[in-house]
Amino acid sequence: MNFIKYTLATIAALALIAPAQANNAPENPKPSPKLLKSTADHSKFKELQQTFNSGPEVTKVCLSCHTEAAKQVHMTKHWTWEYRNPETNQLLGKKHVINNFCTSTASNYGFCATCHIGYGTENQHFDLTSETNVDCLVCHDQTGKYKKPSGFFGSPVAKDTEFPPGSGKIVKGINLAEIAQKIGKTRRQNCGGCHYNGGGGDGVKHGDLDSTLDNPDKDLDVHMSADGGNFTCATCHKTDGHQVPGSRYAPTAMDKGSPEIRGKHGHDNPSTCQSCHGQAPHKKEAKLNTHTAKVACQTCHIPAFARGDVPTKMSWDWSTAGKRDKDGKPLVIKNEEGHTTYIGTKGDFVYGENVRPEYLWFNGTVKYTLADDKIDKANEPIFINKFEGSPDDGKSMIWPVKVFKGKQPYDVENKTLTTNHLAGADDSAYWTNLDWPKALHAGAASVGKTFSGKYDFIETRGMWPITHMVAPKDKAVPCQECHTRADDGRLKSITGVYIPGRDTKGWLDLLGGLMIAGAIGGGLLHGVVRIATRRKEK
Amino acid sequence: MSNRIYIYKRYERFWHWSQALLIITMMITGFEVHGSYLLLGFKKAVQLHTLAAWTLLTLWAFTIFWQFTTGEWRQYLPSLKNVGAMIKYYTVGIFTNAPHPFKKTVSQKHNPLQRLAYLALLAFISPLIWGSGLFYLFYGDWARLGIDKSLSLEVIASLHVLGAYMITAFFFIHVYLTTTGHTVFAHIKAMITGWEEEDDHHQPQAAKSR
Ligand code: HEM
Repeated sequence: MNFIKYTLATIAALALIAPAQANNAPENPKPSPKLLKSTADHSKFKELQQTFNSGPEVTKVCLSCHTEAAKQVHMTKHWTWEYRNPETNQLLGKKHVINNFCTSTASNYGFCATCHIGYGTENQHFDLTSETNVDCLVCHDQTGKYKKPSGFFGSPVAKDTEFPPGSGKIVKGINLAEIAQKIGKTRRQNCGGCHYNGGGGDGVKHGDLDSTLDNPDKDLDVHMSADGGNFTCATCHKTDGHQVPGSRYAPTAMDKGSPEIRGKHGHDNPSTCQSCHGQAPHKKEAKLNTHTAKVACQTCHIPAFARGDVPTKMSWDWSTAGKRDKDGKPLVIKNEEGHTTYIGTKGDFVYGENVRPEYLWFNGTVKYTLADDKIDKANEPIFINKFEGSPDDGKSMIWPVKVFKGKQPYDVENKTLTTNHLAGADDSAYWTNLDWPKALHAGAASVGKTFSGKYDFIETRGMWPITHMVAPKDKAVPCQECHTRADDGRLKSITGVYIPGRDTKGWLDLLGGLMIAGAIGGGLLHGVVRIATRRKEK
Repeated sequence: MSNRIYIYKRYERFWHWSQALLIITMMITGFEVHGSYLLLGFKKAVQLHTLAAWTLLTLWAFTIFWQFTTGEWRQYLPSLKNVGAMIKYYTVGIFTNAPHPFKKTVSQKHNPLQRLAYLALLAFISPLIWGSGLFYLFYGDWARLGIDKSLSLEVIASLHVLGAYMITAFFFIHVYLTTTGHTVFAHIKAMITGWEEEDDHHQPQAAKSR
């Protein structure tokens, strides 16, 4: 049978070559022309058929048709690196926060701005109004060839360039015209280029975002796997006028809305689980719906993060940085898997894979410790950002988080976290010179502050919501792992809610135990006496 | 040497044993849900406990119907008469081989102490465990019913657990007392076959005096 089919198919294929015959082959319906999803083939545009020497040259051409695009991008955090949280009134965004990975973007723009959606981002005072500095390519490249190398302030390199100057190392130039001609919708790799690599490497920062999401199997991510939903990031983070919903600065901790209906705008954040799944998503096991009032979907459906084989960093100790090897170069120590566990420029790292999250009540408010906030060694660890919430504020749900442990420099006299000058070829950048006082002076100066001269290291904690890498339902957290009295129960530390199987009252169990022991003991005693007295009689 | 009376009708025996099975299931699964031990896993325990609850509820619906259509419900009416004699029998007489002060008849299956115990079960423990159990079962609907502010799961669960401990204690006493017939398995045999065999060496006074 199969052989016949193949033969027929071959004949049909041959028939195609002879055009007159093609339509008569019964087993070979006329192939429909491939449907192009875009109405524009950018390779046909004359304007893009030229040599581009820089990013802004490309953008200028993009904007000649997409006249409003840059203005839209200007209104995003991707561009401003700034966000005022209306809840806390704190001024956040990459421009302002200090974290416990590479600590701050200020004074490190050559390096950090590779993830800015703009070109030539020299420092935090970059021109917010420049339209031609908006980087269209980084989000719309389809070739995977677009790169913004470290050290170039967010600009791509169009011609082979020696970098650092005089080093003999060449950064290869890329063909911007080719990339521009093949432009398309944002793919997961575009988002991932920055969001997978936060903290300086694949999977380092988030734990639930790494390059394995480019092509995950179903166990890793039901929504994004090809045989699951085959979502891109933008399927949930559905943009509107370039505005990307779903923010880590102001997450939606509780969404009581019903699923989105086309044409209806019920949700200000279409990236929540509820915006598709609603409030009673468990059809077969309706009992589970009794959890949705208090437990975030992620808590059960993301049993662990860093599940895709890429480890995430769990801690970073800057206090041990500074060691050199025999040749005077920063010391490097790697583990069996080839991951750096110590590097002289950065200190000690601990990695984790398949990490069980920590759980807490979270109401969507995140409080940051910013550069001006006073900190006290007595309050160690200092929360770089703290998820707020309580069982009874009516706004909180039980959420999974990655808690990242850090130990980083702080100004002992000013009692603040420090802005650290790390990257650069100058004589104060820590990664070049391994000299903290110089790096701290330069860092402070870059944000108009003065370093007191006295520094020490302080334990810090950062919190990251765990919300990606949703497992298939049969891989969700088993009931047992929360409904247990065991010390390693997942929700051991959650207060303010009665969890069957975990909670009990000591007195009740004592009373009940006594009743049962009394019943059994009484029976036994009575029985023994019965037996004893019967014997006597005989 | 012995006379037999047909004391437990077929439905009654069916009801008794299926209820026994269900209650044992509920005890085992219930205390697993409570976290006392790990046996089936929390999820299976909840599922089985819930299934048993609904089954028992159905069984009871039929049984209540049966009790009233047959008039058997009167068996549970308390009478304080002879309670003293029963207590005396269980605390003294049973050890001295005294005759049982009560003779089962078709119209009086339960001795006075038994009646009291079953009444306590029916009037107190059952409502406690059923009431709390039903609220527990419908926890997911509390908000819709507008009772989520006035009830707490902790209180409901604690009442349920209290009831569970009581019924468990009751269960053990009940099982022990089945061995107090004229032979160790006499009562159990009666509940299986329906026939109670009377030992005529010990003609109960209650029977004689009637
Ligand atoms: C012999 C009878 C029963 C016993 C020994 C028993 C025992 C228990 C125990 C110890 C628990 C754990 C409570 C906790 O720690 O929070 C429990 C839970 C429960 N029981 Fe019962 N129970 C019995 C009958 C019933 C009945 C009749 C119902 C329903 C009408 C019921 C419904 C439930 C429900 C819904 C739960 C909670 C399960 C969950 O967590 O979802 N039980 N039971």
